[in-house]
Amino acid sequence: MNLEYYKDLVLVLTQKEIKVRYKNTFLGYLWSITHPLFYTIISLLAFKVIMRIQIENYTLFLIAGLFPWQWVTNSIGAAPFMFISNASLIKKTAFPREVVILADVLNNMIHFLLSVPVIVVFVFYYGQQPSWVWLYGIPLLCVIQFFLICGLSMTLASLNLFFRDLERINNLLITALFYGTPIFYTIDLIDKKKYATLIFIVNNFNPFTPLVVSWQNLFMKGSVDMMLVLKALGPALLIFAIGYYIYRGLRWRFAEVL
Amino acid sequence: MSEPVIVFDKVSKYYPMYHHITGGIKQFIFHLPSAIKSFRSTRFQALQELSFSIQPGERLGIIGRNGSGKSTTLGLLARVLKPSSGRITLRGRVSPFLELGMGFHAELTGRENILLNGIILGMTRKEVRKRMDAIIEFAEIGEFIEQPIRMYSSGMLARLGFSVVAHLNPEILLIDEILAVGDAVFQKKCQDKMLSFRQKNVTIVFVSHAMSDVRTLCNRVILLDRGKPLITGAPDAVIKAYEGLPA
Ligand SMILES: Nc1ncnc2c1ncn2[C@@H]1O[C@H](COP(=O)(O)OP(=O)(O)OP(=O)(O)O)[C@@H](O)[C@H]1O
Ligand SMILES: [Mg+2]
Repeated sequence: MNLEYYKDLVLVLTQKEIKVRYKNTFLGYLWSITHPLFYTIISLLAFKVIMRIQIENYTLFLIAGLFPWQWVTNSIGAAPFMFISNASLIKKTAFPREVVILADVLNNMIHFLLSVPVIVVFVFYYGQQPSWVWLYGIPLLCVIQFFLICGLSMTLASLNLFFRDLERINNLLITALFYGTPIFYTIDLIDKKKYATLIFIVNNFNPFTPLVVSWQNLFMKGSVDMMLVLKALGPALLIFAIGYYIYRGLRWRFAEVL
Repeated sequence: MSEPVIVFDKVSKYYPMYHHITGGIKQFIFHLPSAIKSFRSTRFQALQELSFSIQPGERLGIIGRNGSGKSTTLGLLARVLKPSSGRITLRGRVSPFLELGMGFHAELTGRENILLNGIILGMTRKEVRKRMDAIIEFAEIGEFIEQPIRMYSSGMLARLGFSVVAHLNPEILLIDEILAVGDAVFQKKCQDKMLSFRQKNVTIVFVSHAMSDVRTLCNRVILLDRGKPLITGAPDAVIKAYEGLPA
């Protein structure tokens, strides 16, 4: 495979997604940040006002987790349809199919990066300051998240061609992931004696936990905990490899089932 | 005689019947043993030991009833399907001819879509840019080129699509139906372009139910019947055999 061509293909497809998304420039951008902001407000009402959760700087805490999470929701939510919605092209041309997924995940990553200024505004509003650490922290975590989401998306997109009810299970998966990741709570709020297994699962079986906690550390304290980053990187690479393997194995059958 | 650009050597294609799985995970798991068994036993043979070879510059027609395996053959040529047995040898860049508006995005302008389509069909950005003006000029859609293509008529879409493919410099061109969109002027232009492909020694594999098109374009025709090649030969003879097939 010619590398220049591959690069161009990913670039043009990503550009296309972004162009379509921001066709109505400013309104498009506003819409894109409305979603995580809306979730922030809802969570504030539910957990702060009603449940009186005890977390310092709770609004900022929510924002630090929900903005990167938007990328997860967008990409994983669309993943089962990635190949189906390109059915006619896949049946006719031999372009490398995985670029559809790369382009989508990249597009959502850029979209997240464009929302970082909003996080900055909130950081200032709560009397803190963005840290220089962000300069390498954000790219580092983005890369990890990119691999993790690509791996999951390749798996979901490929399998959904063969098991079409996956798209329904997928919505449940996203909801479970949201509640199973410490986004609106911290793990130390869970009763250690009563729910030891639950804590163990959230800590060790959810690849998003170390990642989201890293985002929170980065945006709230300007710190990068390398141990935690490694704990996020390992599973991300593993899941990427598994996803690619599944995709590689099934891709010859795509045109037969579409 | 030069080396053939396409060789099919006893190529067979089976489609597995996936409906046992596409019923969903739930069904698959609950009926696992029977699902696996029927998965193995039910497969459909769409192509049976098809053999042919094409010299550079030849224009091969493939005709036959619905479901006789024509699109399957093109899918194998485009490398989107893998043969179940037999060997396929291809020498040269294969360009499929896309159906109306395929690979276009309605919200993007004509110019943006040319880039998108060209890339999907295998060109780099540099190659598309180099040909951009020629493509636009050939398509003749005027200032609409800067408008989103949802504003285009279907004839205009066809012009744009054809124009991109025409400037790909294809070595092997695959055509499944189509051609007959666009007004008389553009039809004439397409025909001229096809003629120039002929002069440039472009190999064409043409699938159609329009026998008059097959006659004008092809120099050799294969008749498929339920996945089996019946006869191969000069267009007139093969078309006659096709028309004489029992119902
Ligand atoms: N993805 C698939 N899964 C299972 N069977 C298939 C699949 N695609 C095609 N077939 C079967 O293979 C046979 C050949 O199909 P193909 O599309 O090649 O026919 P065709 O000659 O192009 O027909 P038409 O003139 O209608 O376009 C048909 O009987 C069809 O039902
Ligand atoms: Mg067909």
